[in-house]
Amino acid sequence: MSFWTRHQIFEKNSIILVVGILLVIAIGGLVEITPLFYLKSTIEVVDGVRPYTPLELAGRNVYVREGCYLCHSQMIRPLRDEVERYGHFSLAAESMFDHPFQWGSKRTGPDLARVGAKYSDDWHVTHLTNPRAIVPQSVMPGYPFLSSTEVDPATIADHMRTLRTVGVPYTDDQIANAAADMKAQADPDNAGSDAFSKRYAKAVVRNFDGKSGTPTEMDALIAYLQMLGTLVDFKLYNEKANLR
Amino acid sequence: MLSGGVFFQRESAMPQPSISKTMTTGESGLALIFAVTAFLCLIASAKAVDAPFAFHAGLSAAASLAAMFFIVNRYYDRPAALPPAEINGRPNYNMGPIKFTAVMAMVWGIAGFLVGLIIASQLAWPALNFDLQWIQFGRLRPLHTSAVIFAFGGNVLIATSFYVVQKSCRARLAGDLAPWFVVLGYNYFILIAGTGYLLGVTQSKEYAEPEWYADLWLTIVWVTYLLVFLGTILKRREPHIFVANWFYLAFIVTIAVLHLGNNPALPVSFFGSKSYIAWGGIQDAMFQWWYGHNAVGFFLTAGFLAIMYYFIPKRAERPVYSYRLSIIHFWALIFLYIWAGPHHLHYTALPDWTQTLGMTFSIMLWMPSWGGMINGLMTLSGAWDKLRTDPVLRMLVVSVAFYGMSTFEGPMMSIKVVNSLSHYTDWTIGHVHSGALGWVGFVSFGALYCLVPWVWNRKGLYSLKLVNWHFWIATLGIVLYISAMWVSGILQGLMWRAYTSLGFLEYSFIETVEAMHPFYVIRAAGGALFLIGALIMAYNLWMTVRVGEQEVQMPAALQPAE
Repeated sequence: MSFWTRHQIFEKNSIILVVGILLVIAIGGLVEITPLFYLKSTIEVVDGVRPYTPLELAGRNVYVREGCYLCHSQMIRPLRDEVERYGHFSLAAESMFDHPFQWGSKRTGPDLARVGAKYSDDWHVTHLTNPRAIVPQSVMPGYPFLSSTEVDPATIADHMRTLRTVGVPYTDDQIANAAADMKAQADPDNAGSDAFSKRYAKAVVRNFDGKSGTPTEMDALIAYLQMLGTLVDFKLYNEKANLR
Repeated sequence: MLSGGVFFQRESAMPQPSISKTMTTGESGLALIFAVTAFLCLIASAKAVDAPFAFHAGLSAAASLAAMFFIVNRYYDRPAALPPAEINGRPNYNMGPIKFTAVMAMVWGIAGFLVGLIIASQLAWPALNFDLQWIQFGRLRPLHTSAVIFAFGGNVLIATSFYVVQKSCRARLAGDLAPWFVVLGYNYFILIAGTGYLLGVTQSKEYAEPEWYADLWLTIVWVTYLLVFLGTILKRREPHIFVANWFYLAFIVTIAVLHLGNNPALPVSFFGSKSYIAWGGIQDAMFQWWYGHNAVGFFLTAGFLAIMYYFIPKRAERPVYSYRLSIIHFWALIFLYIWAGPHHLHYTALPDWTQTLGMTFSIMLWMPSWGGMINGLMTLSGAWDKLRTDPVLRMLVVSVAFYGMSTFEGPMMSIKVVNSLSHYTDWTIGHVHSGALGWVGFVSFGALYCLVPWVWNRKGLYSLKLVNWHFWIATLGIVLYISAMWVSGILQGLMWRAYTSLGFLEYSFIETVEAMHPFYVIRAAGGALFLIGALIMAYNLWMTVRVGEQEVQMPAALQPAE
């Protein structure tokens, strides 16, 4: 019986055909994806990476909601020009708590993986409100509505609890104080800011949008942008130990 | 004039006195399910924690009530007996759901192309974002991609698959309400996904933006789609399953697997739209591009290859060039495609071994792709002269040529050194559009130009001249689009890595943005031409249905015995 005759078993039996398809398409995915969950070398061993603070998380949710990833990547490749333009190439560890990942696939605007601490908060407020006020050639949309929308400290703990279920290591302490921490990070005069700083290493406490009262989405988004890429101290980072 | 279609309907509508009219289990069961769903959606709407969720839940309650009304109303209108599977020994094909999806494909197509034109213009003239959250680029871009891929492409795929599976199996579509559930349910999914984007409901995973509840709904619809399709194949009166149906099956099955693999998410509240995806960081990236690339491979390729394998032979009136090549094409394509995802993640934090595997398989993928292209093109052997006289066939053949072009460009761009230049630039956008406009767009247009006269029982199209206009205007649009993106992509990639003689980066980022402007204008012009072509098409199809001459079919009963 020739190969072509044998093939008729698929052509004459739809269930065998479906099973055949399932087997054939399963292989590639299994080989490429499964090892990423158990190979130790997949994610580097790094100090400093922590889950997002409540305010940063709210800011990240704004980033996700507005589809920023469609024009901004968060993944610096180990190429000379990128490392010189943006900073140290991105590590897998730096996005390990990202649900979803926001590496992006297009740079209509620059990469944001290390935009943190590069510009002042004022710069961000002006730029997000009207990008062309600061960069005349920019094609970025303006987001003035962020300043007038308050974030909701009451529900942020639910978000952190959900993230904990999918694997982000938030502590009970962090979840219990989520609402207070959210306000504290945007208000340096807040009594709780010391406790907040202890809960989140390297977290910056500032009045990001310069306005008093409940933090706005502008506060949240800038808090998120200002921490991007700042968690790992590359003076201490051991490149050689993580070569792969 | 008494047409075949009307004749069939009359006969099937003849009351058969021996059967007393009762609701089928499907009708009563589904009506009940929709009643319960409407109630649950109302509760969800009242308890919603965010406004978009309240809106979607309310909309779903209304849609469930409408579905219930549709089922009951249809029951009162229909004769006691369900439409027979056969009339006088000939299959009684179910064309209703096909007509609906064909119309929706045209509607969504025009909407999707229009949104594409809007976002292309926003990149050229950012003032068009109007500082409004609902219509800023970041929200409209998923609307564009979903509208053209899933709404336009999806409806074309459902319409043609329901047609091809019936004809090539010589069997009526399986199920009574099920096909309608699939087509209406699928379009409802599009509605929820699209309105969600405008309201800021998104997972921000490229091409998998819809949130958890839309994903759940799509899963139900998609499984029903698979069952209807498989059920029809099981009823077939041909010993062999036709090659187009293998491709449709691979498309339906694999999209189900990809959808489930990429979208497991945990909602923050079951009464809210926000969820967090189960995968994080690097695993999420790999899952995403395993999904993303195979949405291209199975939705935009395997499904449309099925169209190629049925509509080109039909239109050219020639058999498929090589049966053996189609077997190799099929298995090699679906095996290799699944591996190609990591080429979207070259030089990222994804481990090198995964990137190398992705690149290797992407290059190998060139072979089955071109095998399929050759199989499609060579089907015209002995019928090449028809390209001069039949603009519909020309559209189908040019689509295969574009398929060949983009399946060469793709493997080339997946080579790491090429990718280091092309990635993150407009070159990718250009590549996608040579595939999307040239291949998927043209093969869909060609299929719809064939399908509409067939299912509405017309002798032919209203005007072949207008098809010719559509062809040339759209082709010009594509050429403008992809060449503008090639130039802007390569230009930007080179500017990013340019160094001065002193060893400094030569250009600031914003200088590279500024350099893109003329190409963004040309791209928008190309998109406008493509949209104009689609409007001409919609008019042509509309007139075909409205004033086209009906085809006279010999009533089956009068045919001489064979």
